[in-house]
Amino acid sequence: MSATIPARSTQTGPDMQEALRGGTLSGGRKAKNHVASGLMVLAFLAAAIPLVVMGASVVSQGYRAVLSGSWWTQPIPETGRSDLANNQNLSDLGFGTPSDAGASSSVVLGMAPAIVGTLLTVLGAAALAIPLGIMGAVYLHEYGKNNWLAKFIRFMADVMTGVPSVVMGVFIYTIWVLPRGVDGKSAWAAALALACLMLPIVVRSTEEMLRLVPDNLREASAALGTHTWKTTVKVVLPAAIAGITSGSLLAVARAAGETAPVVFVIGFVTTVNASFSGANTTLSAQIYGQQQAGGVLAQDLAWGAALTLVIIVLALTLIARRISRRFELS
Amino acid sequence: MTTYDHNDDTQTTTDSTAAAISGEAVTMPMQLAPPSAGIDSAERQGNAVEPESLPKVFNLEELQVYYGSHHAVRDVSMAVCANQITAFIGPSGCGKTTVLRCFNRMNDLIAGARVEGLLAYHGVDLYSAEVNPVEVRRRIGMVFQKPNPFPKSIYENVAYGPRIAGIKKKSELDDIVERSLVQAALWEEVKNRLKASALGMSGGQQQRLCIARAVAVSPEVILMDEPCSALDPIATSRIEDLMLELKSEFTIVIVTHNMQQAARVSDVTAFYSTEVNPDGDLRTGLLVEMAPTVDIFSNPSDELTEQYISGRFG
Repeated sequence: MSATIPARSTQTGPDMQEALRGGTLSGGRKAKNHVASGLMVLAFLAAAIPLVVMGASVVSQGYRAVLSGSWWTQPIPETGRSDLANNQNLSDLGFGTPSDAGASSSVVLGMAPAIVGTLLTVLGAAALAIPLGIMGAVYLHEYGKNNWLAKFIRFMADVMTGVPSVVMGVFIYTIWVLPRGVDGKSAWAAALALACLMLPIVVRSTEEMLRLVPDNLREASAALGTHTWKTTVKVVLPAAIAGITSGSLLAVARAAGETAPVVFVIGFVTTVNASFSGANTTLSAQIYGQQQAGGVLAQDLAWGAALTLVIIVLALTLIARRISRRFELS
Repeated sequence: MTTYDHNDDTQTTTDSTAAAISGEAVTMPMQLAPPSAGIDSAERQGNAVEPESLPKVFNLEELQVYYGSHHAVRDVSMAVCANQITAFIGPSGCGKTTVLRCFNRMNDLIAGARVEGLLAYHGVDLYSAEVNPVEVRRRIGMVFQKPNPFPKSIYENVAYGPRIAGIKKKSELDDIVERSLVQAALWEEVKNRLKASALGMSGGQQQRLCIARAVAVSPEVILMDEPCSALDPIATSRIEDLMLELKSEFTIVIVTHNMQQAARVSDVTAFYSTEVNPDGDLRTGLLVEMAPTVDIFSNPSDELTEQYISGRFG
């Protein structure tokens, strides 16, 4: 190999210029560098392709429904299974015939009940899980530290993070819905299931944020004669608030997209039900339900619901990133 | 005055507030523990009337500090007198900071730290069961090695302690903030930007802000843990001047690596050293010698002290 370390004293003027440009590197090293760079670009493209294809298909299939003026305000039109009891409508909707393309244009497309239901369940879940999760994390990091209870809670939170979301649905179905019979299925039950899902995420992300608050701030506060709880409220939480907010919003975004725990416990409606009691529906439940129903109209509704959900989650994520960026600057 | 409104009649309220707060500071040590607890309080008053000796604020007897099973400092006996600057010097790892952090029970915040022996504050054992560390820290403030202002405004940093102590009135807080910043020789530099973030100040300003923050709760004692080690010589000299001014109102204990600093500012110097344990490489700190600063630097009685201050070890 010609690539030996050149003696220092020999490099002056143009030689040094050439050396600093990399002219003395061997061809083999340059080639390896190019190959490695190329492989990394390929790997990135391979990772990006599914994302782009998925995004493109959701947008291209869903945009008509979402852009129709009635989408955000009107009830969900009856399709598939939901109107099996009312068979006459089927022909009106163009079901059952192979040439039912374009049938949805004669129907008022709407998804308002699911949008309301999604906001309701997610806000309910957030109101349950975020305060509880933050207080739990404060206990873990400011009080429990490494005692047996804190270690146990931390372990259980990790285990809960790994529990499949459908298990949370079954759990709430068993302890909340079944005892209440037909009235049990409600947005509140879905909020409970989602809260179970969010709680460990909020606890662990908040604890990480509290860990980032330097100990010397706690010491400074303690040295002024401050109780731990007041130090936590006045110094630690304000210093970590942006990180806690963005962590919590990511948990909210994740809960908004959950399907399995929701379809178990929420029931089914096609009109807006802006209350926690009584059957309700969410976007994720609609995606699942309409896809099961079959037919062009139902497919349009499912794609539209998917795009709506992506938009809502994207909005939440952007808000979370905006807040966390402010956090990084300070 | 854009961010901080004060008018001419604040001067009178400043005086009355100062009186109220210093009055409070005088009576507070008595509330530290029930009268039955601790050592005879008459002894303290007896000290106070002796003209030639200053009242003792701290009295340490055979103080031992452990971190877990590690015996970090052993057998420290000393007295710290009121309105004096007491300096702790010694090589790294000799336990000066550890002892300092015992004075306001900051070591309580470190898991596994344990203290034995007597550490009395005005005759009350600070480590007896009925003493509340939060009350201790209200009377014994601390300034840390690295400036650690809260990520809040300058005003809120200084007002933090008084607010915690229950002062809510805006005018009263304004007075305390101004008085504390004046005492910390910072008022002129920041009076027009009290609402600005404290994190935008220079290191020296931040450290003076931390002193103002400590002064704002009118403690009796201010502990300083190498307060100038992160500062340049000019900022250091400002802090040293400040210490000499604060001496009339506060008792100051300072840990320093800088022997010249100890010689310049302190009245009494305590020299610590380390001994290597035979059964491991963990070292135990101990107090070698404590004497008036002039004596320590001109005529040390211990060989080790003489070697350290003349630069032959440490």
